[in-house]
Amino acid sequence: MTELLNSDFSPLIIALFVLGGLALVFGAILGFAAVKYKVEGDPIVEQLDSLLPQTQCGQCGHPGCRPYAEGIANGEEINKCPPGGQETINAIAGLLGVDAPELDAEHGTEAELPTVAYIREDECIGCTKCIQACPMDAILGAAKQMHTVIVDECTGCDLCVEPCPVDCIDMIEVGTTLRSWKWQLPEPLEKISHMNESIIATDAPKAGGQAS
Amino acid sequence: MAEFAIILVSTILVNNFVLVQFLGLCPFMGVSNKLETAIGMGGATTFVLTLASICAYLVNTYLLAPFGLEYLRTIAFILVIAVVVQFAKMFIEKTSPLLYRVLGVFLPLITTNCAVLGVALQNTNKAHNFIESTFYGFGAALGFSLVLVLFSALRERLAVADVPEPFQGAAIAMITAGLMSLAFMGFGGLV
Repeated sequence: MTELLNSDFSPLIIALFVLGGLALVFGAILGFAAVKYKVEGDPIVEQLDSLLPQTQCGQCGHPGCRPYAEGIANGEEINKCPPGGQETINAIAGLLGVDAPELDAEHGTEAELPTVAYIREDECIGCTKCIQACPMDAILGAAKQMHTVIVDECTGCDLCVEPCPVDCIDMIEVGTTLRSWKWQLPEPLEKISHMNESIIATDAPKAGGQAS
Repeated sequence: MAEFAIILVSTILVNNFVLVQFLGLCPFMGVSNKLETAIGMGGATTFVLTLASICAYLVNTYLLAPFGLEYLRTIAFILVIAVVVQFAKMFIEKTSPLLYRVLGVFLPLITTNCAVLGVALQNTNKAHNFIESTFYGFGAALGFSLVLVLFSALRERLAVADVPEPFQGAAIAMITAGLMSLAFMGFGGLV
């Protein structure tokens, strides 16, 4: 070190070497750490989990979406998710490269439109059964007090309807509001080309190449 | 020992990095919506700040000073901090998945937390020795965590408070931060 200091190297070169050396050593440490501390993850579970709707409703028989994703990765049926509906089944089937089955009615039916639970408050007897059933903690109330649903938290999973002893819970559709409105995306290209096949008269050559 | 106690009190209360020196304001405003995340962020910052101030001291004393390269401090410290954070992230992810789940998302954020760089630079400016640097970094991190947790608790209350409409959201948060800063000025002259 003293040799280096006393030598005729310009300070600039020394600075370059020191900082470069520092960066090199750090790079080596990080590279070593990346190999040594590599974490084995299961990427397929992550991907499946990101496709599921994350309502954590439990209608598939699992306590949440991630356990169901792990179940699918271990060979479970993919048609047990009513909140996701056919769209989610198709997406999972596309990911796994299998045929998309119909939604299994045993686990519930797909809601046509997004719904939220609504408690008819003058009929509610305050039994708290729906509060215990709610996976999202979206129902507010106490014993012998009227309950109500926090609309923003409700995922419309239906689970509170069943336990209500006086049947005062309705599932109502959520209309499009300024907050939930989305721009309608154009149809994917595949669908458009599929539509073209049903055209009756055209002078364009068919997709197969033969002009009719 | 009294010397270290003075360093701790001075960094936590008197010269609090966030409210008195105005460093690390980005996570202070950004991660203080919920008490839970604030505690996570505080823990992660404490971990990284202490480690980074140790490493920065070592690099400064044994690498930069012998070659007379103190003017490269800033860039060298940035390098050190980035590497320490990245290494800590990998290490925690492997050894303690639970801790990683608590701190994981916050660790990369700390790389760009200017309080970390501020502590490293002030350590060299004040010519602290190794143990002093460590305590200085640790105290700064404790001070950061303290005000972050206090501020997030205030903001949780503010979320349900009846705030006049023009003041809602970021505006009332800024005002609260300003009032907290004023309150911390009361510690001035304590040490």
